[in-house]
Amino acid sequence: MTRLARWETLLAALLVALFAIGIATSDVFLRGSNFSLIASSTMEKAVMALPMTLIIIGGEIDLSVASTAGLASAVVGKSWEAGWPLWLCLVTALVVGAACGLLNGLLVTRLGLPSLVVTLGTLALYRGLASVLLADSAISNFPAGFTRFGFGKIGGTGIPWTLLVFLPLFVIFAVLLHATWIGRQLYATGTNPEAARFSAVRVANLKLGLFVISGVLAALAGIMYTARVSSSRADNAIGFELDVIAAVLLGGVSIFGGRGTLFGVLLSLAAIATLRNILALNSSNAELQSIAVGSLLILSVLGPNLVRRLRGAQPGRLAGSRSARMAEAGD
Amino acid sequence: MRVAFVFGWQMSRKIEGTMSSPVISGATAHPSPASSPAPAAEVIGVAKSFGAVQALRAVDLTLYPGETHALLGENGAGKSTLVKILAGIHLPDEGEIRISGQAVTLRSPLEARAHGIAVIHQHPTLFPDLDVAENIFMGRQPRGRFGQIDWSAMRAEVDRLLAPLGVGFDSSTPVQGLAIADQQLVEIAKALSLDARILIMDEPTASLSAREVERLFAIVRRLRDHGVAILFVSHRLEEVFALADRITIFRDGARVITAPASDLTLEATIQHMVGRQLQTLFPKEPAEIGDVVLRVEQLTRAGVFHDVSFELRRGEILGLFGLIGAGRTEVARVLFGVDRADSGTIHLDGKQVSLTSPAVALQLGIGYVPEDRHRQGLLLPFPIASNVTLPILPRLSRLGIVNRPKERDLAAEFARRLQVKAAGVEQAVAALSGGNQQKVVLAKWLAANPRVLILDEPTRGIDIGTKAEVHHLISRLAVQGLAILLISSELPEILGMADRVLVMHEGRITGIFDRDEADQERIMYAATGQARIPA
Repeated sequence: MTRLARWETLLAALLVALFAIGIATSDVFLRGSNFSLIASSTMEKAVMALPMTLIIIGGEIDLSVASTAGLASAVVGKSWEAGWPLWLCLVTALVVGAACGLLNGLLVTRLGLPSLVVTLGTLALYRGLASVLLADSAISNFPAGFTRFGFGKIGGTGIPWTLLVFLPLFVIFAVLLHATWIGRQLYATGTNPEAARFSAVRVANLKLGLFVISGVLAALAGIMYTARVSSSRADNAIGFELDVIAAVLLGGVSIFGGRGTLFGVLLSLAAIATLRNILALNSSNAELQSIAVGSLLILSVLGPNLVRRLRGAQPGRLAGSRSARMAEAGD
Repeated sequence: MRVAFVFGWQMSRKIEGTMSSPVISGATAHPSPASSPAPAAEVIGVAKSFGAVQALRAVDLTLYPGETHALLGENGAGKSTLVKILAGIHLPDEGEIRISGQAVTLRSPLEARAHGIAVIHQHPTLFPDLDVAENIFMGRQPRGRFGQIDWSAMRAEVDRLLAPLGVGFDSSTPVQGLAIADQQLVEIAKALSLDARILIMDEPTASLSAREVERLFAIVRRLRDHGVAILFVSHRLEEVFALADRITIFRDGARVITAPASDLTLEATIQHMVGRQLQTLFPKEPAEIGDVVLRVEQLTRAGVFHDVSFELRRGEILGLFGLIGAGRTEVARVLFGVDRADSGTIHLDGKQVSLTSPAVALQLGIGYVPEDRHRQGLLLPFPIASNVTLPILPRLSRLGIVNRPKERDLAAEFARRLQVKAAGVEQAVAALSGGNQQKVVLAKWLAANPRVLILDEPTRGIDIGTKAEVHHLISRLAVQGLAILLISSELPEILGMADRVLVMHEGRITGIFDRDEADQERIMYAATGQARIPA
């Protein structure tokens, strides 16, 4: 726990440093309108990062979130075009998201396939379904109320409406992960699934539930994205899984499961959004932003590993653990 | 003296370096140990300890060329440790290994191999995706002119090696599809190709059928007659007497006796294996035995165990004894909902139950302290408190929120009751000693308040003091009315603690003894599959 606490302190310092760089390099950085921009463009990824954090702590991964969001966006557009009432379009999109998550979860828990492979497959599958629905067309005649939810601000405050969606969700997930028995079982599962199962944890059900929740929230993120860009397209939210996973890992969540906090993920979401904003303000192109986020992702995994390896390389330590293992394997 | 063990065939000269021994055709006379002045291998005063556990205490063993030497002992007697020392896996703490009279240090399996020692393990360690020839010549394939692998030379050599073994496969058969018995023969062929003079077999027959055993023994006898020194470890006493020229028996890490097989009877052998005094380590208190809690009928898991039936009563400690591979843990896994039975029924308090997961088993009041503490029993990075409360966390929660003070108090209460030595319940379990870790596992299941508690090797690898504490606790729990299934490989533990003893051998129950009729010999007979009960 102390290691994570230190990691979060490091993230907070990174965030402060980024702010300093932002202020130094751009006049508009500190303006309210810029913060609205940072916030609203991050909300979809932030929403997807919540269940992603839980899934990775539980020892799995969901690469299909952005494709699920894209499919949900296509469902909203297509059903709206067909004349359905808006609320029904949104509910349908959420149900489709749940179905996407259920398929992932069933393949992982019932057939025992690795989630990395399963969701890599459904990443392509769900995006493909979105393309089947919309082909190259875009649907954009949404009602004003819907699009205002996407990019509008609350009164004159500059706080985007979508932040009001994210914040309660963040609180719910933080409580779920850090205060409930389900959260504890999740850490146990990610730490040692066999020992968790032998401690009466319903590992498969837990994971299945998480994948369904991930699908639903990915669909919600797809709806938010559709509203923000006022357009339903098959390639909506494409590539978002990279940012989402990067934020979760940079937030101190171990890719091997069992470790991490949602607070760390919140800090890293803010840090990544700020970094992207600074690059954009300094008229860097999207490719450069991608390079920066990708590098950050690798650093976030490399950093703690390097520290551990340096500590683990103390003389005699390896030999000691080896002979202990041998002793256990003995008669 | 360098002894080759070819069966009269001509060795290929193409394979340089690996096949350098001179060809000796015709059988060497089978030397009797007494008349053979030059031992193939000598173990002199070898001791080895792992942490606080003394696995071997100054043992001696002499292997002569052309003898089959059986190494016997209970689980934990130190047989495997000696095998691993000879295989170059462990270095002895004290003592000396001599090969053909020369003192050697075997730092790795490679060095052991260079000294002519080949080890055949119970589970062959071959590459399943490669064929027989590739496995036999792994890492030392014969080369052609341009450094490429000379496949035809390799295959021809392997087929020559295999011919006298009378096997039903050839050099190009993939190892994947071979039975365990055939894989062992591949290992033996590999040992032949390496010119091994000392062949060590660790429970080679554990997973073989009777006919496969016969074929293996025929081959082993031929090797012996060609001067190879053979050391084999087995739990099957009738096989030992069928094959061994001499027998060495270990007990508690020390050598009890080495004698010609013809000088030992089955009875004497078993007595040497188990013959120790029961200590006051087992404070079994008389408990009131009540109604049947758990009834198991004809429980079968295909290929693992068959027709297992027994009853377990309130207040009773039912010992379940068997040698490695007897199927005890496998039965426990089914009773805890980890695995499913193929047929048979389980009744709890007279009602048939379906145990589909450990979570269901817990709800029905079954607890299981698993054999493998680190992999199944504990979350090592977690604090003591979280480990103790994990199964019952929903009960300690309101609206899903864990009541932390209540959790800490409960964990502290059980940690105190079991005398877990730790700085506090927030301390990580990984930092505790083995005995204290085991107490945490026990605390976890006691906190769950089960009616049936399955203990799988509850005192394995823990120090003697903690062992006595754990035994005392088990006894107290029975007095309080818990029904306990105690799985153990330690006969004294079973005899000291159990009200009744169930004995398994190769997946079947081969004996049930009441406390007053259970003795070491009877149990050992049943555990080794001997039909005869001594008078």
